[in-house]
Amino acid sequence: MGDGENSLAAKTRGVLLSVGERLIGIVTFAGFCILLFLKSVYYMKNILRRRNEVFRQLYFAGVKTFTVVSIVAMFTGMILTLQTGLALRDFGLEETIGNVLIATLTREMGPFSAAIILIASVGSAMAAEIGTMKVSEEIDALEVMSISPVYYLVMPRIVALTVMLPVATIYVNVLGVIGGAIIANSHLKITFDSFYFHVLESLQFKAVYVGLFKATVFGMIIATISCAQGLQARDGAMGVGKATRNSVVASFLMVLIVGFYITEIFFGNKL
Amino acid sequence: MISLIDLYKSFGDRIVLNGVSLSLEKGETFVIIGMSGTGKTVTLRHIAGLVAPDRGKVMIEDVDMAEASSSERARIRAKMGVVFQSGALINWLTVEENVSLPLVERRMFKKNQIREMVLEKLHLLQLLDAKDKMPSDISGGMKKRVCLARVLVRNPDIILYDEPTSGLDPIMSSLISGLIIKMQRQFGVTSVVVTHDMNSAYAIADRIAVLYQGEIIQCDTPDRIRNTENPVVRQFINGDITGPIKVD
Repeated sequence: MGDGENSLAAKTRGVLLSVGERLIGIVTFAGFCILLFLKSVYYMKNILRRRNEVFRQLYFAGVKTFTVVSIVAMFTGMILTLQTGLALRDFGLEETIGNVLIATLTREMGPFSAAIILIASVGSAMAAEIGTMKVSEEIDALEVMSISPVYYLVMPRIVALTVMLPVATIYVNVLGVIGGAIIANSHLKITFDSFYFHVLESLQFKAVYVGLFKATVFGMIIATISCAQGLQARDGAMGVGKATRNSVVASFLMVLIVGFYITEIFFGNKL
Repeated sequence: MISLIDLYKSFGDRIVLNGVSLSLEKGETFVIIGMSGTGKTVTLRHIAGLVAPDRGKVMIEDVDMAEASSSERARIRAKMGVVFQSGALINWLTVEENVSLPLVERRMFKKNQIREMVLEKLHLLQLLDAKDKMPSDISGGMKKRVCLARVLVRNPDIILYDEPTSGLDPIMSSLISGLIIKMQRQFGVTSVVVTHDMNSAYAIADRIAVLYQGEIIQCDTPDRIRNTENPVVRQFINGDITGPIKVD
């Protein structure tokens, strides 16, 4: 009996220790991310000196993801229109599919889809690139040369993704509407004129700027988390893989959580 | 000029440095030898301020590197260069851009002056033909030489070398050893060299320290090390399989 109690106590202590360690790890990482972001903001005074790197990152985040963003945007609009349109048709309201689509895209799906694509393609690449630099002593080399890795690597990436995510969001919204129009016309027999009339009717300035604000915040979050994971990578290739995976998971969760609270702040009072 | 005072460092349960104390004079070439995993690179990283000790102090010009403010550490580091084992080159910059990086970022020289200084160092290290190549297109030995050029272009007072001759052919090893001697004789550079290459160690060292199980077991001139009575040191420098050092 005594041994059983001791064993239970030992197991409980083990579980509590592991949960505690995990919580401390999360809080420490959050603090590291906040400090990293603030340091990057500080180094933005030198942005002109790092303009080449900013453009290089803009190229990676924009041009290199162009195809996948286009495909995802088109299909997001098409799926939304098809699913919602079929449901609306039961009530004879399929003509209003344009209203529903533009509200969904501008408020939520535009920034969210763009964020997901950039987490998967750009954020993971940032974590892997910086992680590889960390384990191959390149970050140490920068520090020894008195070149801050935050100034040299992190700040340009945060700036680039913060600029590129709203641009990608606008692009997703436009292409989503085009995809939606094609499906509305081909599957729901709604004319293009009627579809665009309803889209423009429901296009709200507030929905657009809140969506773009969300995208801007998502850009900062994804770049900061990805760079932070990269900077904390260790133990060779396995560590880089772990940092990359963690950056995707953490960015995705933060985008969901922060996205909810931004919606709550701007639209919560309408409930 | 550089003092390590009673340095302790552990990674998890593994004790890497177990009370290391060293003192280096200005202009001295100090070589650290020892088996893999005995803490040679960790010692070097402490001197560079890249790792903080668990206990003890690293003093450079009377500044405690662990306690120093970031500006003070930057001031010390401005006089210091590290030749990394892997080269640690920025992979999206060409060889020439890598070597010019510290000068470009310091913004103390004009573009044409930087180019002149960089080309001079590339010539010195027989790298002129590779100046437009990317790090991925050159060999490991060349990467190491590019890293050395990047250090030399800053004219540092202290240079830390992590395995500078490993992976190099004998001719290039001699070139690097010759350069280390030249840096000391002509410019009074203080060097700390971590190496397994005993020929190079004997050629360049003023003193050699032998690190074993996280402790300095002998620190002497190359001649005394060569003729040591210490069985551990003797086994290591002769490369004997049998002896007090157990080979797993």
